[in-house]
Amino acid sequence: MDFAVVINNVGFLIFQGFLGLGNFTGGTLRLAVPAIIFGFILGIFIGMGRLARSRWIYLPATLYVEFFRGVPLVMVIFWFWFIIPVVVGKSLPEYSVALAAFVIFEAAYFGEIVRAGIQSVPRGQAEAATATGLTRAQTMRHVILPQALRNMIPSLVTQCIVLLKDTSLASIIGYVDLTKAAQIVNNREIRPFELYLFIAVIYWLCSYGMSRYARHIERRLAVNPA
Amino acid sequence: MTYNFDWSVLWRGQSGLWLLQGLVTTIEISVVAWVVAFTLGIFSGAVRTVSITPLRWLASFYVEFFRNVPLLVWMFFWYFAVPPLLPQPLQDWLFDHGAEFWAGVVALGVYHGARFSEVMRSGIQSIPKTLFEAAVSTGLTMAQAYRLIIIPIALRLIIPPATNESLNLIKNSSVALTIGVAELTFQTRQIETYTAKAFEALTAGTLIYLVLCLAIATTMSQLEKRFAIPGMITKRQTGEF
Repeated sequence: MDFAVVINNVGFLIFQGFLGLGNFTGGTLRLAVPAIIFGFILGIFIGMGRLARSRWIYLPATLYVEFFRGVPLVMVIFWFWFIIPVVVGKSLPEYSVALAAFVIFEAAYFGEIVRAGIQSVPRGQAEAATATGLTRAQTMRHVILPQALRNMIPSLVTQCIVLLKDTSLASIIGYVDLTKAAQIVNNREIRPFELYLFIAVIYWLCSYGMSRYARHIERRLAVNPA
Repeated sequence: MTYNFDWSVLWRGQSGLWLLQGLVTTIEISVVAWVVAFTLGIFSGAVRTVSITPLRWLASFYVEFFRNVPLLVWMFFWYFAVPPLLPQPLQDWLFDHGAEFWAGVVALGVYHGARFSEVMRSGIQSIPKTLFEAAVSTGLTMAQAYRLIIIPIALRLIIPPATNESLNLIKNSSVALTIGVAELTFQTRQIETYTAKAFEALTAGTLIYLVLCLAIATTMSQLEKRFAIPGMITKRQTGEF
């Protein structure tokens, strides 16, 4: 056991691998943060689509969710990796492919969270909003969504943790995230135990920190039910 | 977009055989890992609800540590980092008997064991405390109460979330391709490599996963109805996939 290998390469692992501030386009956070933001935005529309009255909106949204939740993420990443060059006509960098795959895939999961959040708002709220003369869109935007968002926060944080861990799979198409960075260092140093344990601890710190935060929010929401 | 579809690549040559082998390997690794995960999950999940503090801490440590690190990192860890630490004869045996398969089993089993544990724990916590108290007051020891009363009831309650988690395990078995297990996604890629027909190969692989997951989800929802405890499950969860 010789953890000097970790200390010698800590700059590469953290700055290049984790944060993405290096010579390659890479980084776990550089992929995870936009994937969370865009995945959630797309997820809001999909979640609302799942509750739409029109069958033409409801059915495609449901199909979308059921499809992506029934397929492994690795498969989806390969789909994007092989199909984007065919559709676009040229191959895109790993970063764009990975980001597209994550946004599309995670939006299905975010969509289910949004749907559950909207359904958790008491029906009387929508009725009262309609009674005051708001249109359906206004009711959604000013009354339902703000309350739904509040109820969603714990599951949203959980999903963010899942996404952060999932970004490690982008390394299989060659994207230099924390996992790939450890692989690169390991190919040179052959110190798998120390390196993989080190990145496990980094992932653990992020995930566990976020889940503690989720629990904290849950408790605060439980104390002040609005 | 110019792409010539040629679906015959799926039954010409060895593609059909590869897909079948991939499906069999996916099922094999999932079943063995599932047994590991389920055993670890029931045990550690139950332990997390008992009043013996050191045991509870140990179980919590297991769950929180393994659940919060990506499965891919665990795959690399169990395949690249652990075998060199084993005694030489064991290493030789392992590499003669499909080390990547067993590393995959351990990675999937231990990771999903931690996730099953959370399912089990919330199942036990949803049982009214009075049931445990009643069991103890009839003279059962704590271990007996868990074995004979609490765990059997919890197992019936957790069928929907446990099904969900089992499907996650099957889908996650695709991560094992990174350490060279020739499962379904691996074979799908192999067909793509040999025929350069990505669209056809990926469609075939994706459909097999969808059918597999759908078949299990349907079977389990039948099972759930059969094992439902009258009066205890008020709302049937639907659409879990």
